[in-house]
Amino acid sequence: MKIILLLLSLITIGFSLPASAAQHDDYPVSSPPFSEGIFPCSNCHAGLEVNTRKRELKDEHTSIKLRHAEQERWCLDCHNAGDRDKLKLADGENINFTESYRLCGQCHGNIYRDWKAGIHGKRIGYFKGGKRTYFLCVNCHNPHDPKFKPIKPEPPPIRPEATHARQ
Amino acid sequence: MLSMGAMVGLSMGSISCTRDAVEEFLQKHFREMTEEEKKQVIRRLEAKYLKKYGKEFHISTQPADTGVLWGYGLDLSRCIGCRRCVYACVKENNQSRINPQLQWIRVIRLKKGSLINLENAEHYYNPETVPEPGFMYMPVQCQQCENPPCVRVCPVKATWTERDGIVVVDYDWCIGCRYCVAACPYKGRVFNWAEPNIPSAELNTGVHYLGNRPRMKNVVEKCTFCIQRVRQGRYPACVEICPTGTRKFGNLLDPNSEIRYLIENKRVFRLKEDFNTEPKFYYFFSA
Repeated sequence: MKIILLLLSLITIGFSLPASAAQHDDYPVSSPPFSEGIFPCSNCHAGLEVNTRKRELKDEHTSIKLRHAEQERWCLDCHNAGDRDKLKLADGENINFTESYRLCGQCHGNIYRDWKAGIHGKRIGYFKGGKRTYFLCVNCHNPHDPKFKPIKPEPPPIRPEATHARQ
Repeated sequence: MLSMGAMVGLSMGSISCTRDAVEEFLQKHFREMTEEEKKQVIRRLEAKYLKKYGKEFHISTQPADTGVLWGYGLDLSRCIGCRRCVYACVKENNQSRINPQLQWIRVIRLKKGSLINLENAEHYYNPETVPEPGFMYMPVQCQQCENPPCVRVCPVKATWTERDGIVVVDYDWCIGCRYCVAACPYKGRVFNWAEPNIPSAELNTGVHYLGNRPRMKNVVEKCTFCIQRVRQGRYPACVEICPTGTRKFGNLLDPNSEIRYLIENKRVFRLKEDFNTEPKFYYFFSA
């Protein structure tokens, strides 16, 4: 009997451990903004030889102009040569694209802290009693060119004198 | 009772004396209605809206939760003045689009370095793109004051603070005197100078009695933190539309809420604090 109990508890612990690991930093994030048909990356990359030399890409991904500490960095500092469908943290851990905030948080620690508290970035849906979605960093910032671009404002209110003149 | 009858007779002189019109005239103050009376009023209003707009409305009277006091945060270091919030609000809350044009959010532009100089603020700015170099943007809407001057001046108590801190208007009780408009130091209230003008297709039919239900000529209206949304646990429309994540919302009584975090960790101020209005709208700087 005791052995069975022991076994049972071991099994329970065995199951609960990975679950709690997954809960670590678990946020209901939205899907990453992949260009259509580009993911999984391994569709194309599986048959390609890995070239780890920093270079300008001439054949594919030509629309990507890196403006994000481009002197210091290039593709394979974040993308994963070993498993193209994952990203890579500085310590070598492979993470999913849906966890990309951890990658960004390696350098932008103060922003990451605010994002986790809901102060940086955007959350939509239900804050209580329903489904909510946290925007990933990359839903607003293009990771290759993260600075916000100016946008056209919505029209200003109509001046009261303009309304009166019409009548 | 006799005098009531006489009053009805007097005022109904020119209006057709239907049962609905009489009921509308005799409708009680919202806070004095029993649950049954509320249901009757909602039924009548829904029928009225269906006839008027050809759309089925669902009017909620959901009361405030206990243990909730709503607070709002706005990050001045992120706002780019794009006015997406203004129009999301207009759409969500069924404001009149044009003639009269009513908006509950006013985005003012300030020169960098003179943030407190509201007299030189500009809200008709219209450049090709925003943000413009050298300027800051500051959206202003009802600040949901804890000590609201607008409520104090209302001669008929048509406006009051709900238990969750939202300052609301019973449009059916408002007499259109506009004392509250004059009393508000934030220009948080607007008036329906004419019959509201909303394309039927754009009406939002999920409404709250004290919030975004269609209004009529001669009543005052204002931001309610999207009462119809937040009482269901949803973020306000302006929070959801903002492309820069400038707007934050939460329960001031919940120590783990986003709003509490920003009050405790960021540089925060409230607009015109010296007036002692105690706004529950916190401007902050995240960077």
